[in-house]
Amino acid sequence: MSIKIAGVGKRFGDFIALEDIDLDIATGELTALLGPSGGGKSTLLRIIAGLEVADSGSVEIEGVDATGLPAQKRNVGFVFQHYAAFRHLTVAGNVGFGLKIRKRPRKEIASRVKELLELVHLSQFADRLPAQLSGGQRQRMALARALAIEPTVLLLDEPFGALDANVRKELRAWLRRLHDEVHVTTVFVTHDQEEALDVADRIVVINQGRIEQVGPPDELYDHPTSEFVMSFLGPVTTLDGNLVRPHDLEIETHPFGDAFPGRIERFNRVGFEVRLHVRLIQDDVAPPVLVTLTRAEATAKALEIGLPVWIAPVAGASQVRITTPVALAVDDLDVSSPASVPEPTFT
Amino acid sequence: MWFSLLVLIPLTAVLVQAAAGGWSAYWDALTSQQTLAALRLTVGQAVLVTAVNVIMGTAIAWVLVRDQFRGKQLLEVVIDIPFALPTIVAGLVLLSLYGPSSPLGVNWANTRVAVFLAFLFVTLPFIVRTVQPVLLELEHEVEEAAASLGASRLTTFRLVILPSLAPAITSGAALSFCRAISEYGSLVLLSGNLPYSTEVASVRIMSSVEGDKLTEAAAVASILLVVALIVIVVLDLISRRVARYG
Amino acid sequence: MGDTAAHRVTRWALRLIVIGYLLFLVIWPVALVAAKTFANGLAPVINALRQPEVIFAFQLTLSAAFWAVVINTIFGVGISLLLVRYTFPGRRALNAMVDLPLSVSPVVVGLALVLVYNGRTGWLGPSLEEAGLQVIYAPPAIIMATAFVSLPLVIREVVPVLQEIGTEQEQAARSLGASGLQTFARITLPAIKWGLLYGVVLSLARSLGEFGAVKIVSGGVAMRTQTATLLVEERYQQFGIVNSITAYTAAFILALIAVVALIIVTSLRPGKGASE
Repeated sequence: MSIKIAGVGKRFGDFIALEDIDLDIATGELTALLGPSGGGKSTLLRIIAGLEVADSGSVEIEGVDATGLPAQKRNVGFVFQHYAAFRHLTVAGNVGFGLKIRKRPRKEIASRVKELLELVHLSQFADRLPAQLSGGQRQRMALARALAIEPTVLLLDEPFGALDANVRKELRAWLRRLHDEVHVTTVFVTHDQEEALDVADRIVVINQGRIEQVGPPDELYDHPTSEFVMSFLGPVTTLDGNLVRPHDLEIETHPFGDAFPGRIERFNRVGFEVRLHVRLIQDDVAPPVLVTLTRAEATAKALEIGLPVWIAPVAGASQVRITTPVALAVDDLDVSSPASVPEPTFT
Repeated sequence: MWFSLLVLIPLTAVLVQAAAGGWSAYWDALTSQQTLAALRLTVGQAVLVTAVNVIMGTAIAWVLVRDQFRGKQLLEVVIDIPFALPTIVAGLVLLSLYGPSSPLGVNWANTRVAVFLAFLFVTLPFIVRTVQPVLLELEHEVEEAAASLGASRLTTFRLVILPSLAPAITSGAALSFCRAISEYGSLVLLSGNLPYSTEVASVRIMSSVEGDKLTEAAAVASILLVVALIVIVVLDLISRRVARYG
Repeated sequence: MGDTAAHRVTRWALRLIVIGYLLFLVIWPVALVAAKTFANGLAPVINALRQPEVIFAFQLTLSAAFWAVVINTIFGVGISLLLVRYTFPGRRALNAMVDLPLSVSPVVVGLALVLVYNGRTGWLGPSLEEAGLQVIYAPPAIIMATAFVSLPLVIREVVPVLQEIGTEQEQAARSLGASGLQTFARITLPAIKWGLLYGVVLSLARSLGEFGAVKIVSGGVAMRTQTATLLVEERYQQFGIVNSITAYTAAFILALIAVVALIIVTSLRPGKGASE
């Protein structure tokens, strides 16, 4: 095991940031700490790095008890959301900083810096100042800087949070490829579920200081163990007291099986996707059910506003029983999950 | 436009007057033994004081920004007192602790130490106030990054914090130096203005004016003006360079 | 990052050094002056303040400072606007020159003014005097000298504020039909009021305390052209307890005004405290 976290707790005054966290991260894995803002994931990351001290519990890195070690001695690479570039040093100076303070010979530093700059595609910027780089370039520099010291563990705190949407997607894929090449144990924090689903080997969902669920992306998406995890990882809607995915609902213009009858109240076409709000006959008070399907399907079934329809979850659809008193509202804009709205992948 | 009336015309008058007696008179006025002694004393003490201010000013700014204790806000006011206090009052103030009838038992009135103290007093705020905002704005994460890369606190200070402060310290030092060589009021009572031993350049100018030797006064004044001009240019260059860092 | 013993020791050491330094350089000396002023009780102080020369000196100082501040406010805001809102050749030079009065010795300022305005050999002096306006050795010179040395203080406070607020609000006002003057009075002025106030208070404190420049240009004649600061100098150098108390009293009053101005200014700028 690369990182073993046992019983870690942390509070800031009256605010409990983390409570009784137990987590094992395997060597070479790319793990995402996913959750809403203020949930505790950054705090946990910083405790692993040694930038914060836990109130209770222990942190073990590659078999060594790191709980009492300061950040300097842990040999972890840390990448910050806002790059934390050394403004007065060139790109090469930044990348070589860790090696320089370890008093490595200059030749060695130069060749390692060169190697890393090639790895992150910043070779031609070696002598520039960080201020002359774009956000994405600065973050790549920060990554190279963290990797230069050959860290045991690489930690990234919302690394793409300060970047444009396009750059974010690019760098996300790039991080994945980098990890496949370099194989260092990597943990990154994000509040963007799409990012976590796209990049990570395993996802740890953290909410209000506790771990909700741990597992590979598919497992979390298809077999969520709680309402929170389900609604955070993807769109949800409520049907028959369960949370269900809108794309997992079958809709017909005639009754079938145990389908619920209803009427199409809204018909929204967003690119290739069609989003329907169906008002169930039996329930006038609850918000309408969201059903999504492809344009082709909607055309094939000749769906339109006002049409009476029948809906039911498809066989094998993941569903979670609702136990929280307030039903999740279905907005006009399909913000049925509290997490970020998945961006349309078309223009 | 209006500014030039107020500023430029009188100042060029100084330069013109300095030149009025011709080059040889100018040179004579400057190289008279008494003037040279005054200039040496002024610049020498100003350099010393600036050096002290670089260290203490940075230290004070550090404590003001990074430390927390009761009464710290009071210190903020204390630091600006030398800036707001009339210089003649500053002289009186320093005399009370370092002159005759000092509770400390020292009497440095009429000595070089008095000049040093007066300069130190009036230049106190300058480096502190240029460094403070930069220190406030330093990203905490940059220091954490250095720590995660293995740097100790001292190394972080040396390699990361200090270089970021260097431009602010330099511009503060320039201001401090300029202020020191310009100082007059506090020295009138404190240093005794003894020629060759505690007479500074500005006092020299004053006595020349009182003796109606305006050309002489203008000559010495021109030196001070040139130095001030150099300092302003240096400041401008520094601020342009810092802008590169973004 | 953890707080080790080494951290704590350095922190305390720094704190002590800094406080000690400030104590011996500023706090104790200033306190001593206050003590000396009242060493013989309140009565001598009141008597000192009753002297006609003292009253005149303070009146002169206050009125000179007042006019200087008025001049500086008007010109200061004007120049600030010029520097920030317009581009013209020589703007860089003007910007650099704004700091000039602060870096120049007050004695040089006095000398410069004398050279230009003195009634005998000055450039403008004789013609002005013929027109009936005596500058040197009269209040106008005092006002000029005072205004000169404190002008940058207003500009340096107003310029950053002008830069920060940007032109958007002013453009919005223009687009809604406001004239230049209306825009200035209703939009610009309220936006810069705190920076302006700060600069004005600093300028006032500086004006009240000016010594060197005033000494040269005013001649320091009691009851005519002697300001409070000149009074302090004169009385200190004379013998006698009354003179000594007078000197300290005047100094104390000036110091008090300076400190009060500072406190006002510090509370106007709460953001200068520590981080963390």
